[in-house]
Amino acid sequence: MNWTLALPEILLAVSGLVILLACVIPKQDTSYGGSMAVIGSLLGAAVLVMMQDEGTAFSGQYIADPFGRFMKLLCLAGAAATLLLAIDFNEREKLARFEFPLLALFATTGMMVMISANDLMAVYIGLELLSLPLYVIAAFNRDSGRSAEAGLKYFVLGALASGLLLYGTTLVYGFAGSTNFDKLAEAFGPGQSVSAGVVVGLVFVIAGMAFKASAVPFHMWTPDVYEGAPTPVTAFFAAAPKVAAIALLVRVLTGPFADLSDQWQQVLLLISAASMLLGSFAAIGQRNIKRLMAYSSIGHVGYALMGLAVDTDVGVRGVLVYMAIYLVMNIGTFAVLVSMRRQGKSVELIDDLAGLGKTHPGTAMWMAVFMFSMAGVPPLAGFFGKLYVFLAAMQAGYLWLALIGVGTSVIGGYYYLRIIKVMYFDSTEQPLDAATPGVGLVMAGSGLFNVLFILWPAPLIGAAQLAVAALVG
Amino acid sequence: MTPMGGTTEMEIGLGHYLVVSAILLVLGIFGIFMNRKNVIIILMSVELILLAVNINFVAFSAWLNDLNGQIFAMFVLTVAAAEAAIGLAILVIYFRNRGSIEVEEISTLKG
Repeated sequence: MNWTLALPEILLAVSGLVILLACVIPKQDTSYGGSMAVIGSLLGAAVLVMMQDEGTAFSGQYIADPFGRFMKLLCLAGAAATLLLAIDFNEREKLARFEFPLLALFATTGMMVMISANDLMAVYIGLELLSLPLYVIAAFNRDSGRSAEAGLKYFVLGALASGLLLYGTTLVYGFAGSTNFDKLAEAFGPGQSVSAGVVVGLVFVIAGMAFKASAVPFHMWTPDVYEGAPTPVTAFFAAAPKVAAIALLVRVLTGPFADLSDQWQQVLLLISAASMLLGSFAAIGQRNIKRLMAYSSIGHVGYALMGLAVDTDVGVRGVLVYMAIYLVMNIGTFAVLVSMRRQGKSVELIDDLAGLGKTHPGTAMWMAVFMFSMAGVPPLAGFFGKLYVFLAAMQAGYLWLALIGVGTSVIGGYYYLRIIKVMYFDSTEQPLDAATPGVGLVMAGSGLFNVLFILWPAPLIGAAQLAVAALVG
Repeated sequence: MTPMGGTTEMEIGLGHYLVVSAILLVLGIFGIFMNRKNVIIILMSVELILLAVNINFVAFSAWLNDLNGQIFAMFVLTVAAAEAAIGLAILVIYFRNRGSIEVEEISTLKG
């Protein structure tokens, strides 16, 4: 049985239930204590993940390996950081309820189950455990029509996507005879003939997972949900769940379906190229900065998937490094967005950033760092993320894909630099309020990571290398 | 074959189940995209899709002589119930804010 392998997930699930009880019973407001308890259990789970043994448990449903460890630590860090950002925002917007951190905790449990899944059944359970809380927190500001609309749209399209994923799962199950990854890998191994039913099922499964990662052509929900949901919720959406969805794609495509790469490679190449193109072109005309970040995140998913699409070890390592850097850049950017408020009221237009360079030079400097990093300007971390996937694409002989990536980076540079121009060269009568110290700390932390990555990249690259070795070796 | 030996009846096999489930899936997907009237109909379409999935699972499970498919179907049923509850809850707060659940009016967020 060996259930102790799954201790991090068990800790998260149990502490979620305990915190729920502890927050419901008292008469007074428990949102701050709830947030802190949730962040504490996320950190506890991170410690357990680091101490985790390797192997499979629960009749092969669950697998613990260095790849899972790498991705889980990213997800836990992303979730904890976005919850820290949320505390202050929610209090000011009168959204401070303990349900938000708790739902985020359950969603994080779902991500961990997903990342550690070694069976399509575990994939589905993890995916739903992730999705159901996300539907709710998208509509978390229940007195706002926009938030409710975001939740409704996300729910309808998300339910459709998990339906498609399930339908694909049934086809794979029926035509290959199992849902277990090890048995599937055997069934598709060299010398085995693969029926068309499996290929159709695989395409459905990819569609369902691409929806969660918001890759084109399954991205339609992303801009609306990012714009309508409260800013800390958007920050959460853009960070941890995206990393988990990419991790799941990598796990499924390089694991059980590794020998079917002829079938899925074209799909992934197309998804990656289309995501990069749409992410860069559609963002140009945006005025709302959360909507812009939505298109930017679609573009980033395209870059990350480039590494998976070329189907080499170096490419997969590029995906892992890219997602780690993306996570840090994104948390930093959202720390700035969360602190955007004028006379206590939260604002979210790009023009609202005008004059930030004069009124709050510190915040403006970090925002400039994040924007340069997202645009891929050396020597910041974002440049290296792109460099690794582009190099992998070129080594694998997909020069055209790398060229599309370079082209879209240049186009993307336009709208990232526009934000910097607004901050430093436009003037305003009404300056924004100052960021709170906690948010400033998150900004500085992720800003320093972006700046200093060039001096000390070895630990991250090494960890990613180890994770990939476990996955394909 | 009937015991009477007269007319031959069609035996219901795996293929028939798969066709029914494929029809249900397509109906569900069309129900979501073609419907311009009411969000409740979208929720019903989602249930149709999950129904198609369950038919597939059970049919394959019987055909393969493998219990995993039926266990999976049980999970799908449970999660579908939770999903419907959450969908209706979101629909209620949407209605409270907007006073309507017409699909065509869900369009203030765009660009």
